Amino acid sequence: MMTNDKAGGVNRRDFLATSGKTAIGAAMVVGAGTLLLPTQGWGMELKALKPETMATMIQMARDIYPHDHIGDKFYAKAMRAHDDGAADDAEKLAMLENGIADLDKRAGENGYLGLGWEEDRVAILHDIEDSGFFQAMRGSLVVGLYNQKALWPLFGYEGASAHKGGYIERGFDDIEWV
Amino acid sequence: MAAPYDLNDDSVVVVIGSGAGGGTLGNELAQKGIDTVILEAGGRHEAEDFINDEWGSFGQLAWLDKRTTSGDWRVAKDFSGLPAWIVKAVGGSTTHWAGASLRFQPHEWKAKTTYGDVEGASLLDWPIDAEEMAPYYSKAEDKMGVTNTHGIPPLPGNNNYKVFEAGAKKLGYKQVHTGNMAINSQDRDGRTYCQQSGFCFQGCKFSAKWSTLYAEIPKGEATGKLEVRANAHVLQIQHGDDGKVTGVLYADADGNQHVQKARVVAVAGNSIESPRLLLNSASSMFSDGLANSSGMVGKNYMRHMTASVYASFDKPVNFYRGTTMAGIIQDESVHDPSRGFVGGYEMETLALGVPFMAAFLNPGAWGRQFAAAMDTYDHMAGMWIVGEDMPQESNAVSLSEEKDQYGLPAPNVHFSDHANDVAMRNHAWKQGMAVYDAVGATQTYPTPPYPSTHNLGTNRMSADAKDGVVNKWGQTHDIANLFVSDGSQFTTGAAENPTLTIVSLAIRQADYIAEQMGQKAI
Repeated sequence: MMTNDKAGGVNRRDFLATSGKTAIGAAMVVGAGTLLLPTQGWGMELKALKPETMATMIQMARDIYPHDHIGDKFYAKAMRAHDDGAADDAEKLAMLENGIADLDKRAGENGYLGLGWEEDRVAILHDIEDSGFFQAMRGSLVVGLYNQKALWPLFGYEGASAHKGGYIERGFDDIEWV
Repeated sequence: MAAPYDLNDDSVVVVIGSGAGGGTLGNELAQKGIDTVILEAGGRHEAEDFINDEWGSFGQLAWLDKRTTSGDWRVAKDFSGLPAWIVKAVGGSTTHWAGASLRFQPHEWKAKTTYGDVEGASLLDWPIDAEEMAPYYSKAEDKMGVTNTHGIPPLPGNNNYKVFEAGAKKLGYKQVHTGNMAINSQDRDGRTYCQQSGFCFQGCKFSAKWSTLYAEIPKGEATGKLEVRANAHVLQIQHGDDGKVTGVLYADADGNQHVQKARVVAVAGNSIESPRLLLNSASSMFSDGLANSSGMVGKNYMRHMTASVYASFDKPVNFYRGTTMAGIIQDESVHDPSRGFVGGYEMETLALGVPFMAAFLNPGAWGRQFAAAMDTYDHMAGMWIVGEDMPQESNAVSLSEEKDQYGLPAPNVHFSDHANDVAMRNHAWKQGMAVYDAVGATQTYPTPPYPSTHNLGTNRMSADAKDGVVNKWGQTHDIANLFVSDGSQFTTGAAENPTLTIVSLAIRQADYIAEQMGQKAI
């Protein structure tokens, strides 16, 4: 039931070899405002945030709700709303850029993404979990991530049922193990 | 006269709200030939318009007007602007409710006598009892098509129920069944039977679940004696020099304000909006708000002792399939102080979709423990726990400093648990987890209360006018032609889901209003 979503797309190593662009974690910055998720075949044009900031936000999102069978693009889609919001809200833009800069500073020389173990990144998140920045990230993510219909099958949730006649003929009482 | 009614028609009964109380009262009055206007703040969405999507439906139906919170309840921290998960639409919260329809137990009408003095609690006996209510309960069960009453067969148990029942029986519980549900188990009253869609909370697209929206209101409208005015948000109840109410001021969909004259006004806006409306209707004659000589309007806010227990198993459950709440364990609903608290609680099956599970499993939680629980979503079972909470005068709906979209003070909902509530919740969590452990749960999750779905007590019924807001008929002690017709009448909350009692009280109140109008007493 739980299947990895490894959508096709650009092979990351090949891409790196030919483009010479900067890889940040699982993401990659292409040009001034573009972020690619090569293994996901997915990318986004950023309106306001620095691509490096978005790349770190995606990792932070995964560290907040770490589902190892869920691809980065779901986290990226959830984070994209922040970029949209920051495009016409200077205060929000500053909060996000400053929030990520603070994470990098706390992480030391190689920044948040330079910390290889989730445990070490999460320790930093615990230090800031009462901040407005963290709460804004988590609060939007709990809807922005789990409300993606494309993600529901990965949790075994079938979503809307009325158009299929409900479950009366489709297994509402089909378990046999109890 | 016949519907629709003129704004200046002062012969009509105006009912504010169209949910379990208002929608039922409106139909009952119309059936008696009484000219009735229901003013409903929300829009009219028919069953086919309902949305099988948790957040989408929430946006369609939920009451999202400005509200504030205070007190030490966790909802005030996690959902500070959303103290309650109730509905702003024709049908009110009967669009969203799960259908559980339980009678109060006889002793629960007499909480003060049964439980004695409980420190910090403002307990009171209801001025009515089980015997007096029995015929009205029977009428309500018949009207609503409640399973396991009136010869109506039970609903079939879904996957979530199978796990729940097996655990309950292993634990030794005896009173375990698929509930007394106002959800058709067979075609009845022109509506089909439950198709096990799993979206009871989002409005039943099959109309199998009783709702005033399609089971009461159209019948009233068919008499020509009921007009339901949607998008009519009442701002103030007005009165004359004699202290009798004369009509209500409301805003329509475009924000234009109108006054609907009335012979009688019945308030049924749920336990947050009803006291707020009475308080916002303060005048030079009634400076503390209408019907508030006791000072009890808005006080004694109750929300039931609630909690949930979810559990993960090594095998699939797919608990989101089928009727959301068709499963109950009633063994703990008794009053047995040896458990360390007064009153009792019911355990009822419950499932949420992925979006709401993420929001409500452990609000604010994050990290690998939370994610691991979510990863087992299709291997989860779940139950809701609902028990009697202690009325406390300090738990209250009052007027906030903040204003709503009409510039009127928004309601503030203040709540802190009583020690009895905490003791009961801890007991219920333990028993709920034991139910699932008994059938091999690999993890169990004691989940805190959601934003309130059962809002009660803020215009409570009392024998003595100094103790409450309304008399045994829901008629305000202070103003003869002003009634309260929703759960805010509740003197105490009992352990049971409140809708059946609200409907029963509305049927009874309709008889009384008709009699009083016939006698020209109002």
